Amino acid sequence: MIEARDLTKRYGDKTAVDHLSFNVEPGRVTGFLGPNGAGKSTTMRLILGLDRPQSGTATIDGRKYADLPQPLRTVGALLEAKAMHPGRSAYNHLLFLAQTQGLPRSRVDQVLDLVGLREVARKRTGGYSLGMGQRVGIAVAMLGDPQVLLLDEPVNGLDPEGILWIRNLMKHLASEGRTIFVSSHLMNEMAVTADHLIVIGRGKLIAESTTQEFIERSSDKYVLVRSPDAARLAGLIGAEGGKAEPQPADNGGPGLLRVTGMDAARVGELAAADRVVLHELTPRLASLEEAYMELTADSSEYGVTAGQTAPTGDGAAPAGTEPAATASSSTGSSTTASSSTGQDSQ
Amino acid sequence: MTTTTPAAPAATPPAVPAPIHHVGFGHTMLAEWTKIRSVRSTVWTLLLFLIITIGFTALFTWLTESHWTGPNAAARDATVAANPVGFILGAGIGLGQLTICVLGVLVITTEYSTGVIRSSLLAVPKRLTMLAAKVAVFAILIVIVAEIVAFACFFLGSAILHSKVAVTLSDQNVLRAVLGAGLYLAVLGILALAVGLLIRHTAAGITTVIGIVLVLPILSGLLPSSWGAHINAYLPEQAGSLVYSAHHTSGQLLSAWQGFGVFCLWTAVLLVAGAYLLQRRDA
Repeated sequence: MIEARDLTKRYGDKTAVDHLSFNVEPGRVTGFLGPNGAGKSTTMRLILGLDRPQSGTATIDGRKYADLPQPLRTVGALLEAKAMHPGRSAYNHLLFLAQTQGLPRSRVDQVLDLVGLREVARKRTGGYSLGMGQRVGIAVAMLGDPQVLLLDEPVNGLDPEGILWIRNLMKHLASEGRTIFVSSHLMNEMAVTADHLIVIGRGKLIAESTTQEFIERSSDKYVLVRSPDAARLAGLIGAEGGKAEPQPADNGGPGLLRVTGMDAARVGELAAADRVVLHELTPRLASLEEAYMELTADSSEYGVTAGQTAPTGDGAAPAGTEPAATASSSTGSSTTASSSTGQDSQ
Repeated sequence: MTTTTPAAPAATPPAVPAPIHHVGFGHTMLAEWTKIRSVRSTVWTLLLFLIITIGFTALFTWLTESHWTGPNAAARDATVAANPVGFILGAGIGLGQLTICVLGVLVITTEYSTGVIRSSLLAVPKRLTMLAAKVAVFAILIVIVAEIVAFACFFLGSAILHSKVAVTLSDQNVLRAVLGAGLYLAVLGILALAVGLLIRHTAAGITTVIGIVLVLPILSGLLPSSWGAHINAYLPEQAGSLVYSAHHTSGQLLSAWQGFGVFCLWTAVLLVAGAYLLQRRDA
């Protein structure tokens, strides 16, 4: 169990983490999601006692990291890839870490087997690929067989097989009752890995919920329909309680409507009843990635505007602005207030 | 390589042996020893130290011996005759000490440049414990290597000089000087480590330490004589080097052990400053 309370970290006049509070519970994979520069890595460093927060506390099973007697046996961490001396072998890197915890050499071999690096472990890490470096990082994290794991972007640099391996490993470890806290800037990766999500932007909490809730709330169902007689069709849909919004003409030609509040079958029936010609009728489910980008559009560190990132047009504006407003009003007070944000309006 | 990896977690992490209940300073020192021995720069720098120090001792003593009573050599001959052990040890250490400076800086700055410092501090979050273990292991290593080299230099140099100046370990202060050479180099290594800890950057750290050891004495030599001499006497390298010289020269302000004490004090101040910043700064 990881508890962050009111964590704030500033570097100079730049606030990296802004009154952030959340819990990471055992027995599930908790995804830590946010755009680049949102403060994910900084938050992890604060939890691990590497950086000092200006305010707030972070505890692991009720204790500060620095107070853990054999920290690697309680917490395993993967921070950046290849944080190793290029002239030292992976074996010796793991060995010195094992020695600090009073672990035997046999444990080093065990974790090397776990990540499939035993054959190359005696070679200097300078020659390792990014993916191999990442595997050494996993081995380091698993060295003390810890109950709590913090993994910062663990799939970076891994091939698809490696990604699948990490994903299954995390799920397996969570099923054993361990606390798994894994950061990513990729929503789709988290959707298949994490049971629970903590979403931050610009150092602030944007949303906290189960992945299932997040997906349901974020999924935006609509129908795209194209007709040479779009204006009349829009009127028909409106009269039946649906909502039809004209789409820009450059989107594959003129006459495109985005219909909400009505399924594709009903749109087709209405068109047939009034003999409106249809050129296209497509049921759509906005991707999770799109929903996530809308959610974090306002809090993205490196300046793309909400309008550019919102692929679903005008629906983006309320969804993008509302959560940020809620998050800032609830800073430092409560985490549950923010957990109800997101796509409530839809 | 990836083909050897199981795609599904048959990769269950195996159980760890029963915990050792107390993890002590010895474990941290053992880990620091593993760190220092497992990189090539340590071996190469110490090898270089050995070659330079013994090599220059042989060269300088041989040149001196072969040009004894040569033209313009009277003053030099007198100095060597008055303080043979100081001459023998100084010949090699003057240059050899630079490798110890480099190693001292590298031991800490490579942790920062490679990111290993974060692994180190995650394993030993009590930062002063980690630093103390690192300093202890490094100092022990340097003392052992430097004492071996100091004795080798002494026996080699005294053998070469034997026909002109006879000096043995049983002569007054000679054993102290030879042992002092190892102590001086160990403390110099710690001083370099402390500077590396303050600066956290390899090139800047090495430049600074070499500035302290080589450039400061030259600068202080340019000062007006009365207080220039006093400042000079208390500079780290000037004060510290007295311990590997057997004889008091006229006008020498500090005794051998006083000088060594001043040198240790410099090192302690830098190390405490470095420790304070280690504790305060983000890793």
